[in-house]
Amino acid sequence: MKASHLVVGFGALATVAMAAAPASAATLDTVKSRGQLVCGVNNSLPGFSAPDEKGQWSGLDVDYCKAMAAAIFGDPSKVKYVPLTAKERLTALQTGEIDVLARNTTWTMSRDASLGLNFVGVNYYDGQGFLVKKSLGVKAGKELNGASVCVQSGTTTELNLADYFRTHKMTYQSVVFDTSDQTLQGFESDRCDVLTSDQSQLYGLRSKLPDPSKAVVLPDVISKEPLGPVVRQGDEQWFDIARWTLFAMLNLEEAGVTSKNLGEMLKTTNPDVKRLLGTDGEFGKQLGITNDFGAQIAKAVGNYGESFERNVGEGSPLKIARGLNALWTNGGLMYGPPIR
Amino acid sequence: MNQPPKPRIKPWNDPRIRAWVAQILALVFVIWLAATLFSNTLQNMERRSIQTGFDFLSRTAGFGISFSLIPYSETDTYGRTFFVGLLNTILVSGLGIVTATILGFVAGIARLSSNWLVARIAEVYVEIFRNIPLLLQIFFWYFAVLQALPVPRQAFRIHDLFFLSKRGLNMPSPVAGPGMEWVTILFLVGLVATLLIGRWARKRREETGQGFPFWRTALGLVVVLPLALFALLGAPLSWDVPHLRGFNFVGGATLLPELVALWFALTIYTGTFIAEIVRSGIQAVSHGQTEAAAALGLKRGQVTRLVVLPQALRVIIPPLTSQYLNLTKNSSLATAIGYPDLVNVFMGTTLNQTGQAVEVVAMTMGVYLTLSLTISAVMNGYNRRVALKER
Repeated sequence: MKASHLVVGFGALATVAMAAAPASAATLDTVKSRGQLVCGVNNSLPGFSAPDEKGQWSGLDVDYCKAMAAAIFGDPSKVKYVPLTAKERLTALQTGEIDVLARNTTWTMSRDASLGLNFVGVNYYDGQGFLVKKSLGVKAGKELNGASVCVQSGTTTELNLADYFRTHKMTYQSVVFDTSDQTLQGFESDRCDVLTSDQSQLYGLRSKLPDPSKAVVLPDVISKEPLGPVVRQGDEQWFDIARWTLFAMLNLEEAGVTSKNLGEMLKTTNPDVKRLLGTDGEFGKQLGITNDFGAQIAKAVGNYGESFERNVGEGSPLKIARGLNALWTNGGLMYGPPIR
Repeated sequence: MNQPPKPRIKPWNDPRIRAWVAQILALVFVIWLAATLFSNTLQNMERRSIQTGFDFLSRTAGFGISFSLIPYSETDTYGRTFFVGLLNTILVSGLGIVTATILGFVAGIARLSSNWLVARIAEVYVEIFRNIPLLLQIFFWYFAVLQALPVPRQAFRIHDLFFLSKRGLNMPSPVAGPGMEWVTILFLVGLVATLLIGRWARKRREETGQGFPFWRTALGLVVVLPLALFALLGAPLSWDVPHLRGFNFVGGATLLPELVALWFALTIYTGTFIAEIVRSGIQAVSHGQTEAAAALGLKRGQVTRLVVLPQALRVIIPPLTSQYLNLTKNSSLATAIGYPDLVNVFMGTTLNQTGQAVEVVAMTMGVYLTLSLTISAVMNGYNRRVALKER
C-alpha cells in the first residue's frame, strides 16, 4: 500500500520536473533543424485564429505566425499551429512546447516580469467590454449592478471585471468557464446576463450566436488590453526576430508595400523601401533569417493593414474599424521603428 | 535446559540484515531521485527567471468567486482562494458520496428484486448511465436544466419564498438572533448524549437483556429540549427571504445550477457502479444463509437487514472505497461547467493570474492525495470492523 502511494507521488513530482526541463538551445537553430515553426494560437476566435472547414488556419494572429515562418524559411506554410486555451498558453510557451505564442494575449507587467517571458510588441490594441442581450434594455456598463457575468478562466478579463464592479460599488456574480465557446454557451442559455471579454472577441462571439442581432456590445471599454506575441526570455536573437517580423509588417504598410504591388516595389529606388525589402543592406542576415524577409512577409501575408482588413476589418464579417490600430500617421498607435 | 548454541552467521549472510540494507538502499535512492528532481526544477526555473516560492499565497487575489462557504471578497488573498476551492470540492464530493451510496444501494438491491419491473428498471438505469462518459452527463444535466428553466424575472415561485430559475434555487436563509447559539449548543450536547446513551443501552441489553426506551429519550434530547429553549428565548430566528432586484435575486441562500448539475451527474454516474458492487456483494452471500435465516423464522426484511447485508458488506466495502475515491477525483470535472471547485478556482484562475504553475499544481495534487488517503483510511477502518473475524 505504502509503496504504491510513493510511486504515485513520485510520478507526479517527475511530471512537474519534466515540465520545467531545459530547452536552452538557441530557438532559431531548433526551429531551422525542425523545418517548422511551432506557433501557439487560439483554438477558435474568429478574426484572430480559427481553422476553416478544410483545417486551414486564418486570422490576424495566424498571419503573424505565417509572417514569421516566411521571414525564417521564405515559406509561410512551414508553421505548425497548436491551439491552446487561455489557461494553457503561457505554460506551453514556458515549457518549450511552442516557439512563439500569438494568441491574443494581453501584455501586463506581472506576465512580463515574473513568468520568464517577453512580450514582442502589440499587434492589436484592445479593451474589455460587455456583451448583453438586447431584451434587458441595458445601455451602459454602470447599469449592470447585480448581474451574472460569464467570463473565461485565466484571462486578465476576470481581474478587470472585479475591479470595475468594485470601483463602481456594484455587485456581480461571475460564472467562470474554461473555453470561450463554453462561455458563449452559458450566455446563450441565459445562465448569465452579461458576457465580458475583449471587445474584438465580443464581436466574433456575437457573430456565432444563432441570432446576433439579439445581443449588443455596450460602448463601455473598461480596460487597456494591448495584445501581442510572446516569446521565452533569455534568447535575444529569437526575441529580435519575433519583434522585427511585427515591425516589418507595420513598416510595409507605412511604405505602401502590399502583396499586390510587391513586384514593382522590388524595383524601386527609394532607399527606405530597398532596405525593408532586402534589396539593399544585410539586415535579415544580421538576425540569422532570410535577407529579404520584408519581401517574403509581403508576399506571404501582405502588410499589417492588409492583414487587418482581411481578418477583422471591412473585408471580414467582424467589420471592426482601425481605430487605435491605425498607423501613427493616421492617428493610430501602430508604429514601426526604422530599418537601417 | 541447555539451549543449543546459536549458529554464528556472518552479518552479510544474515537474511534479516540483508533485507534491512536493501530497504535502506532503496529508500536512499528514492529520496535522492526526488531531491534531484526538486532541485533541478528549481534551478531551471531560476535560470529562466520564472518566479518560484509560495509568497503569492499572501498577495491579493482580485477576482470574484460565485460561490463560497466561507466569507470571500475580491480583496482577499490567493491563499484564501485555495480554501474556498477546497471547501467547494469537499462539499460536492461529500454530497455526492452520500446520495450515490443511497442510490447505489437502492438500485443494487432492486436489481435482485423478484419484482420483474423493479429489477428491469434498475438494470436499464445501471446499463445506460454506467456507459456514458461522465463529462457528457455533466454537460447534459447542466445545459438540459438551464434550457428548461425560466429566466429570473419569470422564475417558478412557491409562496414568494422559493424561486427556481436559470440562476439556481433561491431560498430563504436563517438569520440567527441573540441566544440562538445556546439553542445550537443544547442541540449538539443532546446529540452527543444520545449517541452515548445509545451505546450504553445496547451494551446493557446485550449483557442483561434489559430494554431501554431509546427513541423516546433521543427525541426528547435532540428535539424537545432545544425547541423548548428556543421558545423560551422568544424564537430568536428570522428568515432572509430572497427578492428580485434588477437582474437577479438578492438575499437568502442560493443553490447554484452548476452545483446541482455536478452533484446530480456524479450521483447518477457513481450510483451505477455502486449498484453493481452491492449486487455482487449480495450474490456473494451463500444462498444457504438466506434459507437458514428463513428456517429460523426471520421475516424477509429481517433476512436482508440482519443476515445478508452484514455479510455482503464485507465484499462491498473495499470496492466501494475506490468508488468514493473516484467520485472525489471526478468532481474536478466541475471546471467544465464553471462550478468553483479547487481545480476551477485555484488551478484555474489563481494559477493563471500568478503563473506559478509548479507550486499551484503541487498543492492541488497534495489536496487530492490527502482527500483520497483520508477517505481510504476511514473506509479501511470501517472495513476492519465489518471484516470476517478469523479466530
